[in-house]
Amino acid sequence: MAVTVSIPTILRTHTGGEKSVPAAGTTVAEVIDHLEDKHGGLKARLVKDGTLHRFVNIYVNDEDVRFAGGLEAKVADGDSVTILPAVAGGSR
Amino acid sequence: MLQIRRDLVDAMVAHARRDHPDEACGVIAGPEGSDRPERFIPMLNAARSPTFYEFDSADLLKLYRDMDANDEVPVVIYHSHTATEAYPSRTDVSYASEPDAHYVLVSTRDANEHELRSYRIVDGVITEEPVEVVESYRFAHTGPDDIPEPSAL
Repeated sequence: MAVTVSIPTILRTHTGGEKSVPAAGTTVAEVIDHLEDKHGGLKARLVKDGTLHRFVNIYVNDEDVRFAGGLEAKVADGDSVTILPAVAGGSR
Repeated sequence: MLQIRRDLVDAMVAHARRDHPDEACGVIAGPEGSDRPERFIPMLNAARSPTFYEFDSADLLKLYRDMDANDEVPVVIYHSHTATEAYPSRTDVSYASEPDAHYVLVSTRDANEHELRSYRIVDGVITEEPVEVVESYRFAHTGPDDIPEPSAL
């Protein structure tokens, strides 16, 4: 299953500056493993202790994967996967 | 240094005052590579909390898609602290992931006097920077009285 993955600015050091890279897989986890093969170091920025890092949002098309099975969320041929850093913080 | 128009500063402060005692948050987008904040985008604090803010994940996706379509980047990412000073907390630093953005904090702990400061946050390191408030980017180094009337041009 071929998908296109959109990479946020802060992770483009891992993709040679590319904003968007091709990848393959049937789940988000497989897509991330495929990305890691080509762009070493990306996986550690996205996954921690086997779950999606809390600082990162991943979307399959328009859906946040946290509401669709997390790393096991399905991806289909032609889907667009978007990685975005969460924008959050606070005084506590 | 952050150079920013007065109306945008006023808009951030007004948003922070309006949402007080909850934290307010948002972005000022600008053309990629310009370092010039132009489009004010107040965001909903999905956490609705006096000590935490978070962009709603669907809103975040829409924001980035819109900016992408306009060749914009988040030049300013702002939020308020409602009971503490306008200095990034450990939480702010751990989430900060736009190395090219100016992180602006507005403190509303004093009901009359706000505090507004700007920082770069890169690889966990906070660097405060001066804020230059201007009337317009075209006449960046002039005050309002120095801008000629249209009739004088």
